[in-house]
Amino acid sequence: MKDTLEALSTADKYIDLFRQNKKQISNGDPQFMKELREEAIHSFERTGFPLRKHELYKFTHLEPVFDGELSFQFTPRNIQFEDSDLFSCDVPMLDSNVLTVLNGFYYHPSGSLLNELDNGIIYGSLKEAIHRHPDLVARYLGKNASMQNETFVSLNTAFSQDGIFIYVPEGLQMEKPIQIIHLLLSDKNQMVHHRNLFVVEKNAKAEVIICDHTLSPQMFLTNSVTEAYTSENSDLDILRLQNEHNNSCQVTNTWISQDRASRCQHGTITLHGGMVRNNLHVRMDGEGASTSTLGLILTDKIQHVDSFTVIDHASPNCTSNQYYKGVLDDMSTGVFNGKIHVHPNAQKTEAFQTNNNILLSNTAKMHTKPQLEIYADDVKCSHGATIGQLDEDALFYLQSRGIPRDESRLMLMDAFANDVISRIRQPALQDRISELVGKRLRGELSRCNNCVMHCQD
Amino acid sequence: MNTNEVSYMLEIKDLKVNIEDKEILKGINLHVNAGEVHAIMGPNGSGKSTLASALAGRDYFDITHGKILYEGKDLTELAPEDRAREGIFLGFQYPVEIPGVSMVNFLRTAINSMRKYRNQEPLPAGEFLKLMREKKKIVEIDSDLTNRSVNEGFSGGEKKKNEIFQMALLDTRLAILDETDSGLDIDALRIVANGVNYLRSPENATIIITHYQRLLDYIVPDFVHVLYKGRIVKSGDKSLAKELEEHGYDWIKQEVDMDA
Repeated sequence: MKDTLEALSTADKYIDLFRQNKKQISNGDPQFMKELREEAIHSFERTGFPLRKHELYKFTHLEPVFDGELSFQFTPRNIQFEDSDLFSCDVPMLDSNVLTVLNGFYYHPSGSLLNELDNGIIYGSLKEAIHRHPDLVARYLGKNASMQNETFVSLNTAFSQDGIFIYVPEGLQMEKPIQIIHLLLSDKNQMVHHRNLFVVEKNAKAEVIICDHTLSPQMFLTNSVTEAYTSENSDLDILRLQNEHNNSCQVTNTWISQDRASRCQHGTITLHGGMVRNNLHVRMDGEGASTSTLGLILTDKIQHVDSFTVIDHASPNCTSNQYYKGVLDDMSTGVFNGKIHVHPNAQKTEAFQTNNNILLSNTAKMHTKPQLEIYADDVKCSHGATIGQLDEDALFYLQSRGIPRDESRLMLMDAFANDVISRIRQPALQDRISELVGKRLRGELSRCNNCVMHCQD
Repeated sequence: MNTNEVSYMLEIKDLKVNIEDKEILKGINLHVNAGEVHAIMGPNGSGKSTLASALAGRDYFDITHGKILYEGKDLTELAPEDRAREGIFLGFQYPVEIPGVSMVNFLRTAINSMRKYRNQEPLPAGEFLKLMREKKKIVEIDSDLTNRSVNEGFSGGEKKKNEIFQMALLDTRLAILDETDSGLDIDALRIVANGVNYLRSPENATIIITHYQRLLDYIVPDFVHVLYKGRIVKSGDKSLAKELEEHGYDWIKQEVDMDA
C-alpha cells in the first residue's frame, strides 16, 4: 500500500515534471513526436530507475544523482557569447564542420539551423529537421534506441528537444568530419537531455567527432542518446571525447544499427568526468557487417566511469573487435561490462573483446565483466580481461637509461593508451588524440584550459 | 689511509645485500680502475646478478652493510636514473620488452635526459639521427630495429646487440654487462664482443658478469674474480678463466667449503 504522505519517488518526480511541462517540451512537435514522447514516458513509468541491486547497474547507482537539486531548461536560453572566445577545441588543428549544442539546444548565433546541401546532405539541428523533414526523421528516430527496460533512453525520448541530425544520402561522403561540441554552461545546477540522430545511406560515408564539455563549475547531469543507422556498404566513424569536470554526471546511450557489409567504428575517450555511464549497443542486422569499438578511460580522484557495451551479432559473417582500456589513479573506480551476443543464425561470426586496465594506486578499483552469449555453433569468439600495475621491470629498464621515474611512468602509460588510439581508423585523428591523452596523463589538461573564464583555477 | 688516494673508479667495500631476509651478498670487496676490464664468474646462484642489480640501483633488496663508491660518490644514495646519468650502464641479462614505446622515442628521451643532467640543450633531430647511424655500425644492428618498440619481438641476439648499441649511445663510463653472452650464437657473440672492445678506452671500465669462459675468448679481461656463495673467493688474471673452463667450479667450491 502506498502511503499518500510518502514523498514522491524520483521517478514520479520526473513523470510529474514531464506532465507539467509537456506543452513546452513538445511545442511544435509533429504528431509522431508527440506519440513517441507519450510512449516513452509510459515506458519510463513502468521501469523507473534501476535499483541499487540491479545487475546491470550494480556499480553505478544513478537514482540519487537524478534526485539531486537540479534545474531544468525547456527553451533555448539566449546566452550571447562568441564561441571562439569562450571555447577553443582541444583537438588541435582539426579541420571539421563544427556544430555546437549548448545545454541540449543547437546553438547558432549566426548561420542556419539546418544545413541542406544541394546534393542532399543534411546536418544541423534535430529539432529543425523534425519540422522540415518529419517523414525522414520519423523513419529512424526511436526505432533503434530501445525503450524496453531502458530507463535512460525512455527518459531522454520523453524530454529531449534538440541535438544534431546528420543525413548522408546514397553514395555520398561528407567532405569534412562533423564535430559536435556539447557545451554545458549555467549559473545553476542543471539537468540536460540531448539527442543525436545519424543516418548514413547505402555506399555513403560519414565521420563524426563528439566532444562533451562543461564550461561552468555547476553540477551538470546529462542524459544523452545518439542513434545511428548505417545502410548497406556504408562507413560510419563516431569518436566521442568526454572532458567534463569532476562535479558532473553523464549518462550516454549510443545505439548503432548496421546493415549489410557496413563498417562502423565507435570510440569513447573519457579524459575527465565525475560520474560517467556509457551505454553502447551495436546491432549488426545485415550480413558481413563489421564493427570496431574502442574505449579509453583515464580516471583519478574519486571519478567513476562505467562502460556498458552490448555487441549484437544478429546476422551471419559479421566481425566485431572490441578494445577497451583503463588507467585508474587515486580512489577512482572503473567498470567494464561487455556483452557479446551471437544469435542462433549468426554463423561465421568473429567476435573479439579485450579489456586491459592499469591501477596506479592501491585505492583505485576496476570491475570488469566480459560476457559472451553464443547461440550459433560455427563462430570464432574470444575475450580477455586484465587488471594490473605498471610493469616494474620496464620502469627500471627505462630508469637505467637515465630516464627519471616519473617520466618513465608516463612513457609506459602513454604506450598503454596509444594501443587504443592507434586503432582509430583516421590516421589524422590519431596524433591529435594521442597528444590530448598525453597532456591528460601529464596533468596538463583541465577543463579550464580551453575556457577563458577560469572559474575555478 | 690517505683519502687523497681515492683514484678508483668503482670501489665496493664489504657489501652485504639481503633479499627478503636472506643474505645473498655476504661482504663483497672490489676495486675497478678506469681502463680496466673485470670479469666476474661463478656458478649459478652465487649472487652475480644481484651484484649487477645493486650497482644499477634495482630496489627489490636491502643493502644491509658496506659501501659502493663510484668516483668517490656514494652510489647507494643515487636513483637508478642518476647512476645512469653519471655514466653507469647496466647491460641486462634479459632486456625488457616494452610494447608501444618506440626505440627512437626511447633513445631520444634517454639521450636528452642525460644531456639535461649535464645542463646541455636537447640534441637536434638531425644530429640525433646522425649519432644513431654512427653507433649502429658498431654492433651491426639492423636499421629496422630502431623503428620498432623497445626490444619487442627482437631475437635473443638482437636484444643483446641492442644493449651494446645503447651502451655506445649513452656515453657509458662504467659498463656492467650481466650475462651478455647467454643465448648468443657465435656470430652474435663476436659482434657483441667487438662492440665492447671498440668502446674500450683508458677512461672507461667494464665489468663482465658471465657463467662461461666463452665470451672471454673475445674480450680479454685484466682481472677475473670468482663469486661463490655471496663472496669473491678467488681473483686472478685471465688464466683463472681458462682454469675454470678446464676444471669447472668444483675445485673452488671444495676449497671454500673446506675452509668453512
